[in-house]
Amino acid sequence: MTVQSTPSLDGLTVGDIVAESSFPLTRDSLVRYAGASGDFNPIHYRDDVAHSVGLPGVLAHGMLTMGLAIQPVVDWTGDPGRVLDYQVRFTRPVPVDPDLGAVVTVVAKVGALDADAGVARIDLTVTFNAVTVLGKAQARVRLV
Amino acid sequence: MPVERKYTRYVSVNPAIQGRVFPAVPPYLVGREKVREFSRAVFATNPINFDPEAARAAGYTDVVAPPTFAVVVQEATLAQLLAEPDAGIDFTRVVHGDQRFSFSRPIVAGDELTATVTVASVKSLGGHSMVTAESTIVDASGAHVVTATSTLVVRGDE
Repeated sequence: MTVQSTPSLDGLTVGDIVAESSFPLTRDSLVRYAGASGDFNPIHYRDDVAHSVGLPGVLAHGMLTMGLAIQPVVDWTGDPGRVLDYQVRFTRPVPVDPDLGAVVTVVAKVGALDADAGVARIDLTVTFNAVTVLGKAQARVRLV
Repeated sequence: MPVERKYTRYVSVNPAIQGRVFPAVPPYLVGREKVREFSRAVFATNPINFDPEAARAAGYTDVVAPPTFAVVVQEATLAQLLAEPDAGIDFTRVVHGDQRFSFSRPIVAGDELTATVTVASVKSLGGHSMVTAESTIVDASGAHVVTATSTLVVRGDE
């Protein structure tokens, strides 16, 4: 683990890809998130409960997907405290297969730049099986 | 993901809860190990999330929580809203629609945080209700740390 230097706003152009990452989720990841967050809704670890409410199987917590999707941006800025604002819309579920898991992919792109405020808007494209699972996923980050 | 369920009576959210401010929930003390545990769970790798020395070198008093850690502090306020007797929110019909965190500063281990929820809006859309709950989280000095905003979609009868 190394602390990166903070990127400069000057070097950025709208549309630049600043970070990309893939997150392989397993059922273990969901149990870990349940414990860490306190969200023990059984649809995130029990197939029988998920099936009983009409779901195909256990789903990842939406807040887990939101939480991991910002990490490539945190790594790029070098400091989690540089995230000023972060929002998402939960548009599609991420089913996590007991054997195969699920891979969530994140691409972070510059959406807008505010040079006076020293703030960049980073737009996230978050996909599972080539389908977008978060809508309007945007973070405002303070740069130098 | 739609959930199949049949109800004979129409269940709806009481529009009069719009603007309601709930009492503050008891303070949440942010522990260093909790921050580390949550950081691991969201695949954080930044040393500022784990190592107090790295955090101090970056100007913080202790390890910094990942942005979405605020949901852990917000959670009690949403439970309060769902339990409100006259709100008419059937939690079995609730789907998390949108989430937003707006920070004045990041959450740091050692913070004692107090959250207060306001119902910002109640809207109807195609038979569903959309409830937007805004939880304001302040530190022990009363200074704003983060506002966590959730839009809950409460499904009406199909």
